[in-house]
Amino acid sequence: MAYPTTFRYTKEHEWVQIEGKQARIGITDHAQAELGDVVFVELPSVGAVVKKGGHLGTVESVKAVSDVFAPLSGKVVAVNVALESSPEMVNQAPHADGWIVSIEMSDPNEASDLLDAAAYQALIA
Amino acid sequence: MKTLFDHASREGVGGLFPACDVPAVALHDVLGAGLVRARAPRIPNLSEGEVARHYTALSKLNYGVDDGIYPLGSCTMKYNPKLNEDVARLPGFAGVHPHADADLTQGALGLLHELSELLRAISGMAAVTLQPVAGAHGELLGMFLFKRVLEQRGEPSRTRILLPDSAHGTNPASAAMAGFSVTEIRSNDRGTVDLDALRAELDSTVAGIMLTVPNTLGIFEENILDVTRAVHDAGGLCYFDGANLNSFIGRARPGDMGADVFHFNLHKTLSTPHGGGGPGAGAVAVSAPLVDYLPVPWIVESSGAVRLDWDHPKSVGSVHSFYGNFLVAVRAYAYLLQLGDSGLREVSENAVLNANYLQERLKKTYPLPYDRLCKHEFVLSGESLPNHVSTLDVAKRLIDYGVHPPTIYFPLIVHEALMIEPTETEGLASLDRFAEILETIAREAQENPDLVRGAPMRAPVRRLDQTKAARNPVLSYPFDEQAPTT
Amino acid sequence: MRYLSNAASDRDRMLNAIGRHDVEELFSDIPAEVLAKYEPIGLEPKSELEVFDAVRRLADGNPAAGLVSLLGGGIYDHYVPRVVAHILGRSEFYTAYTPYQPEISQGTLTAMFEFQTLVCELTGMEIANASMYDGATALAEAVLMADRIRGRGRIAMATNVLPQFRRVVATYAWAAGIELVEVPFDASGRCAWDRVPHDVSGVVVQSPNAFGVIESLAGRKAALGDTLLVVATYPLALGLLEPPGAFEADIVVGEGQSLGLPMGFGGPLLGLFATKMEFLRQLPGRIAGRTVDADGKPGFTMAAQTREQHIRRERATSNICTNSALCALAATVYLASVGADGLHQVAELCCAKAHYLADAVRKTKGMKLAFDAPFFNEFVVETKEPARAVQRRLADAGFLVEDPAELEAQGVRNALRLAVTEQRSRDELDRAVSALGGKR
Repeated sequence: MAYPTTFRYTKEHEWVQIEGKQARIGITDHAQAELGDVVFVELPSVGAVVKKGGHLGTVESVKAVSDVFAPLSGKVVAVNVALESSPEMVNQAPHADGWIVSIEMSDPNEASDLLDAAAYQALIA
Repeated sequence: MKTLFDHASREGVGGLFPACDVPAVALHDVLGAGLVRARAPRIPNLSEGEVARHYTALSKLNYGVDDGIYPLGSCTMKYNPKLNEDVARLPGFAGVHPHADADLTQGALGLLHELSELLRAISGMAAVTLQPVAGAHGELLGMFLFKRVLEQRGEPSRTRILLPDSAHGTNPASAAMAGFSVTEIRSNDRGTVDLDALRAELDSTVAGIMLTVPNTLGIFEENILDVTRAVHDAGGLCYFDGANLNSFIGRARPGDMGADVFHFNLHKTLSTPHGGGGPGAGAVAVSAPLVDYLPVPWIVESSGAVRLDWDHPKSVGSVHSFYGNFLVAVRAYAYLLQLGDSGLREVSENAVLNANYLQERLKKTYPLPYDRLCKHEFVLSGESLPNHVSTLDVAKRLIDYGVHPPTIYFPLIVHEALMIEPTETEGLASLDRFAEILETIAREAQENPDLVRGAPMRAPVRRLDQTKAARNPVLSYPFDEQAPTT
Repeated sequence: MRYLSNAASDRDRMLNAIGRHDVEELFSDIPAEVLAKYEPIGLEPKSELEVFDAVRRLADGNPAAGLVSLLGGGIYDHYVPRVVAHILGRSEFYTAYTPYQPEISQGTLTAMFEFQTLVCELTGMEIANASMYDGATALAEAVLMADRIRGRGRIAMATNVLPQFRRVVATYAWAAGIELVEVPFDASGRCAWDRVPHDVSGVVVQSPNAFGVIESLAGRKAALGDTLLVVATYPLALGLLEPPGAFEADIVVGEGQSLGLPMGFGGPLLGLFATKMEFLRQLPGRIAGRTVDADGKPGFTMAAQTREQHIRRERATSNICTNSALCALAATVYLASVGADGLHQVAELCCAKAHYLADAVRKTKGMKLAFDAPFFNEFVVETKEPARAVQRRLADAGFLVEDPAELEAQGVRNALRLAVTEQRSRDELDRAVSALGGKR
């Protein structure tokens, strides 16, 4: 699966799509493949304030649990409630319908620490 | 699988209980209308024969130690002597209420006292409590004891528990339930605790260490005395997980290795059955400085009489309703009486000999990442199997050959782990047969991989869809679901 | 030793195969100074015949087993249908391990699923786990779970909960840093709901409680708001009583001994644990789920394992691994044997006989019931003369009655707790009344 060049990535295998002050976050195709069939996604509450590197949620397969870390600081403004009934979307469309949360960034400068698509692909190669 | 609820309920089964010989009560009057059950629980009324057949049919879908080798690593699935089952069912034990007066229960209290004394001698420690009812329960009590001791010493800031990366999952979970955080200590390339990594973590925030001895690779920590000394010198305490005591019972004692708390698994080492997941018993032994903190009631003997003693103000409290799993203790006691000192030595001798023999034979077929003298178990890897055959596939194929698979994918530090513990009760012929089957499966992986990847074919069910079970949990009988038309 | 299967010649062959001369070499990795310190435990091995004799003598040393029991307080002298022991004696069940390999554990897994269903049916709850160690640890885990969900660091617990439950809860809560707030009971022996504080994660009550009194749960959950209602219960009583689920309880636990387990001097026991589906991810312990195999055939497997210690390690919902599986099987076979009708019948027998005895106590001079409240099969008698003297009189007449000290510690003085099961005959109850000092 392609890694969109407009996205930014973390070493912990999250992706970030930044539009204005908002950042949409999910886990990468590589991460979902490592986990296997996703059976549950624990979502944060809308309004929660998260710090970069903090706990944003968890993604579970049958026999593994993986944390989702906040790539950026900010406030949660939306969560993908569709994952509650269809967690398999994280497997099927990790970079699109399988998104997990949107946050409103409190410090957009933090984004400069993130990896671009080429650097991320080099990391997982 | 047909469940109980798939059987048709019939009327007028009855006959278990006598007619009421006192005046009947009007339930609504004596209980009050709002308290009387409005709708009966949906439990079918069946004849005894139907019940017996249903559960006999279910039992035939199972595999137990009486069916054959059960080489689950770390679980010590040894033979469960029949004598133990019979003595535990004696009415003089089974029919005793825990609140009955001590002078009417001297036999039971005496047995508990004698068993704790025997376990104390086996452990070489200062005192034993029989209250914990499982290994993890013993760990939890151990962590409670650590917490209480550190509080009393005025060192509540010691909040970290060190754990080797090969630890059982129950260890970190037990530490966390007692409010400790967990720091992992990596193993060295010999499969034992890396002393430098350990020393680097030892500071004034360390409450102690939890060690499995021998560890989950089946390897004895040769530096055990250095490890416990280092932890003690840094002001920490040492917990020993005794799940693997089978490998040194009758020859060495945790008390001589620096343990402050040690738990026994009576359902592993002392032959009591696992019951499909429980009940077990997890007696805990402690070193002298921790004795005062043991849970109440203590079972104490003075001038020939045994009684419950509640008067221990420093105690952590209680971790069980009563005195632990008494009927499991009865079984363990009978087992120890049969073994005696010489029997204990024979247990560890045969457990270790069996494991080393199997290890030596199987390492020619499956990689052995830590190739050295093992104790009661060893860990192979399925990593090098051809044609994308995995350890899981090997496990499932074993089922087709009529044997129980070993523990798989644990410990986490070995890729595609196959953790094999034959136990002392298997004989050479059984070990050879098991090895032959594993060798055959390795050949099949080469020559006919689909056979292995598609296994089991001969079990009551084929591989189960775990993803479906997790995504759409059906955790109780769906009474409202339409009955299948077949 | 007769539990071993290697002949001496086998051992020699095996040693040879691994290139060792002496079996002691196999222990060369244990420090020599540790080996040198070993001391035998001083036991000569015995034959099976001798051991059976020796252990039977200890069993004979418990006259309590032969006396007429009026003991209760969480453990009851109920009748166990003979079929239960026969099923439990099948080694396919009792010598199996936890069903980690579902393809050869469908017997255990199916029984787990049945057990979970039965617990849900009895308690009126949506999901139940496959068992905890006992009622006390089940309640302790419920307290931890309630505080995990609501996170207020405080739990309120009624003081009329059984003492053995309160002791264990206190230990677990202390270790977890949860503050326990005691809620007193009122003159009727029931929880004083107006004394429940507001800022707690959960409220723990027991029904029937330590005095045998049935709590009034109607409307309580609505008043509590998002504070969780945790109810400990007596499952056999639920053959007659409206279950906690009907009162919107959030977590229901119980001691399952009444369902086909021997009293066994207090162990092994059976912890019941049920809750609402929305709390599945916070549930401690194992749970079996239904699924299909590769051919689409229905089967059972362990479900929601990511909550458990072997996967989530220090963040697991509990450290529990070994549970009370065989006791859960006993409860399952018990309930299958009695059926819905038999469960109602046995509960009704207990209730009727207990009320028969209570009526006689009410008519006995110098005695009265301590609480004017509905009860199931257990009640507290207040005595004018010292309770211990009455207990002694009952003991002399062959009855087992609990030491009044436990009730006294709970704030009920000069009182005895009496429990009646279906096993007590009218004749026995009449004799108990005579011993109490009344006439029948």
